[in-house]
Amino acid sequence: MHELALCQALLRQVEAVAAEHNASSVSRILLRYGPLSGVEPHLLRQAYPLAAAGTPAEGAELVMEESPVRVRCRTCGVESEAAPNRLVCAECGDWHTDLVSGDELLLASLELDIPEDPAPE
Amino acid sequence: MCDTCGCNITPGNRHLIIGEGKLARTEDGRTAVSVLQGLLSENDHQAAHNREHFDRRGILALNLMSSPGAGKTRLLEATIDALKGELGIAVIEGDLETENDAERVRARGVPAIQIATGSACHLDAHMVHDALHHLPLEGVDIVFIENVGNLVCPASFDLGHHRNVILLSVVEGADKPAKYPVMFRAADLMLITKTDLLPFLDDFEPAAAERHLRALACEAPVLQLSASKGLGMEAWLAWLRGEAAAQRERATRGESLRPNVAPDAHGHDHGHAHHAHP
Repeated sequence: MHELALCQALLRQVEAVAAEHNASSVSRILLRYGPLSGVEPHLLRQAYPLAAAGTPAEGAELVMEESPVRVRCRTCGVESEAAPNRLVCAECGDWHTDLVSGDELLLASLELDIPEDPAPE
Repeated sequence: MCDTCGCNITPGNRHLIIGEGKLARTEDGRTAVSVLQGLLSENDHQAAHNREHFDRRGILALNLMSSPGAGKTRLLEATIDALKGELGIAVIEGDLETENDAERVRARGVPAIQIATGSACHLDAHMVHDALHHLPLEGVDIVFIENVGNLVCPASFDLGHHRNVILLSVVEGADKPAKYPVMFRAADLMLITKTDLLPFLDDFEPAAAERHLRALACEAPVLQLSASKGLGMEAWLAWLRGEAAAQRERATRGESLRPNVAPDAHGHDHGHAHHAHP
């Protein structure tokens, strides 16, 4: 259950970006994650409101986009999709592969509400 | 509106969210900001700092991970006894509560700091950094970080160590690597522990555990031992001696080493980069 810790890390990043752009609030957060990142999306979603209470991101919509697990074979060079606990080449069956995607945990983008500059007097 | 599967990323707003459209405006006048930063980048930066701290002193830092009860502390006790007078050892212990493990280690004559994580199920780089301030590192060659017994959460947090050592005891299932792939694929070394119990178990095959590990594309060596009966300890001690020597050598060259699959805090890996360096 490290999802609360992840949410707190997420919110520190979100708040920093929001402050950098003088945003009044955050309306949408897009995360990109892979099954091998170790994050449980539904637990993260449950933890989010607890962590976000009282921050500019309190009402933000949390969107989580899952990346597929893909490996590239060092033996035959083919790139293929794989199961998280079977990272072998779909083409030749060799286990000497490199992970191409599936372990990322990224804050991809934000939508911010930025107040217009007050008109000069 | 559906907010579980990402289907509300529409053809109309997709380019703002996915593409390079930093600071693009959405249709309803909000500002879309592309960030592309690892969620754990704060932890990873602290981890990189910890690693520099070890590297400056030529110290090898090892992260011991396993289920509760796989024999991490027992292995440490036997290792400290075996290497006494040869390699300097210090220990950071992570548990939810109690000083018990640190006391067991101190009783063997080496410094140990207990981190009581409270309800946290893992150590992170900040906790290790705080512990390092209280740990005397003079004459130390290896720092063992005994993580919280847990096969899930510790895998996600780089601590600033150099190698992941994962223990799998024979009383667990040989298919643990298939059940906990996030943890096991990060192994730099897998130890099959409590092998003195193998004759009493009819369902644990070390070769099967190794096959499950290889299916995670993990090349880590696999060693079998029993710390309490002193079986197979030589290969483990030889691995430690080799790693400690390699770390001293790296340190003199000003180089470092990250554990298997740990993210790169400086963003040279797969798209973790946040901002272009000027």
